[in-house]
Amino acid sequence: MPEWLITLTLILVKLGLVFFVLLTGAAYLVLAERKLLGRMQLRYGPNRVGPFGLLQPLADAVKLLTKEDFIPAQADKFVFFVAPGLAAVTALLAFAVVPFSPPITLFGREVPMVVCDLNIGVLYFLGLSSLAVYGVALGGWASNSKYALLGGIRGLSQLISYELAMGLSLVPVVLMARSFSLTDIVLAQQSVPFALLNPLAFLIFLVSVAAESKRIPFDLPEAENELVAGFHTEYSGMRFGLFFVGEYINMMILGAMITVFFLGGWLGPWLPPIVWFLLKVLAVAFFFIWVRGTLPRLRYDQLMHFGWKVLIPLSLLNVVVTGAVLLWRQG
Amino acid sequence: MNLWRDIKGTVQPFWVTLRNMLRRPVTVRYPEQKRTPPPRYRARIVLTRDPDGGERCVACYLCSAACPVDCISMQAAEAPDGRRHAAWFRINFARCIYCGLCAEACPTLAIQMTPDFAFCKDEPLRLVYEKEDLLINDGGKDREYNFYRHAGIGVVNPRGGNDDEYGPVDVKSNLP
Repeated sequence: MPEWLITLTLILVKLGLVFFVLLTGAAYLVLAERKLLGRMQLRYGPNRVGPFGLLQPLADAVKLLTKEDFIPAQADKFVFFVAPGLAAVTALLAFAVVPFSPPITLFGREVPMVVCDLNIGVLYFLGLSSLAVYGVALGGWASNSKYALLGGIRGLSQLISYELAMGLSLVPVVLMARSFSLTDIVLAQQSVPFALLNPLAFLIFLVSVAAESKRIPFDLPEAENELVAGFHTEYSGMRFGLFFVGEYINMMILGAMITVFFLGGWLGPWLPPIVWFLLKVLAVAFFFIWVRGTLPRLRYDQLMHFGWKVLIPLSLLNVVVTGAVLLWRQG
Repeated sequence: MNLWRDIKGTVQPFWVTLRNMLRRPVTVRYPEQKRTPPPRYRARIVLTRDPDGGERCVACYLCSAACPVDCISMQAAEAPDGRRHAAWFRINFARCIYCGLCAEACPTLAIQMTPDFAFCKDEPLRLVYEKEDLLINDGGKDREYNFYRHAGIGVVNPRGGNDDEYGPVDVKSNLP
């Protein structure tokens, strides 16, 4: 077998694995979220389909696929079709740079456990999370509905303002790791995870990631009691499903990013690296669900004030201080 | 300190939700766990009988007039002894909203609500109950009540022949 064929096969196998794990993970995250929220409200959550409701995601998928695919009159058809795909694809693509385990040896060759170890992984991630805004904005715009439009506008401004804080909170990480590659960032946390080394950056990243995934304290783009369903009001069937799945894949991605940037990625004692990685991602996902069960939605002006007047100055200050400390330690 | 209050207000709820997550849910899982509804629960409607075993219903149409969704219909008839009853009596449970106004309107306690709520069908027409389906062999909530001992029977000839009734008084006999 020629060399390039093995490389290609390995990449395809990794891709398939990541795809499979991500999609089933997202599907079961929905179930986990519904169950956990139910328990927090002293209910059981879905428990009818299969044992413990474990087949619920399947039932949901069947339901979404068999629903009518409705296009509103005078909607911009092409954009309307493309927007949900954008939301899901950008979320999926971001996982390409996430390293989930140290390289392993297979067929006498070293296989990095990451789909593609870019040396500018951080920038790639930031770029894709900016692209994710288009799904929201275009979906809201193309629906030809006031609620969708308002949701789209809100989503646009919210994501743009929180992206700044998110990018700025990653600067100290890059400074400390001295690399843009996610693998190197994980390896730099060999002794202490960055969450302990720079808790402020961790907190800012956590908050802006929650805003980025449009989840509950920051779910203004969909705000169901103000805007019906926000940017996906007019979507039905699997197009809505794509937005929905995209949101949960996004949650997994952002969990993986928090894990890589701040929680030390796959590093950890006793357990195999991949288990550590999954555990950390699931812990972050649980935290997001917990937040959803706990906090009410912010008002729009509170959201903007918090982003521009608190998070961004704080993260700028954090960049300066971290840089100064690093310079001072170098001597 | 306002900031301190805000931070506390943000962190405290997390403890509350976590504590509640570990508590037992209060849900009653219906098909497996059934609760008995209270005796005055308003569900399936029945037609009751008086202690003698006769139908209480006198087909006065008050229930069908009181019904806000018009789900009760009947046809009045009279027995040879002058006793009124319904020739047929029909309740469309697919329409019924279980408001209980019929039971309240009924002067003879014939129509009553029972706590039996689980009688859904896969076809709406099977929810149309006829008189035979509605009649039960019991007095329901007030077993002793017997309307016909007092009223509701046709006038017999000669006058005063019914139970509970005196014959007409000869006015000339009770002059002062």
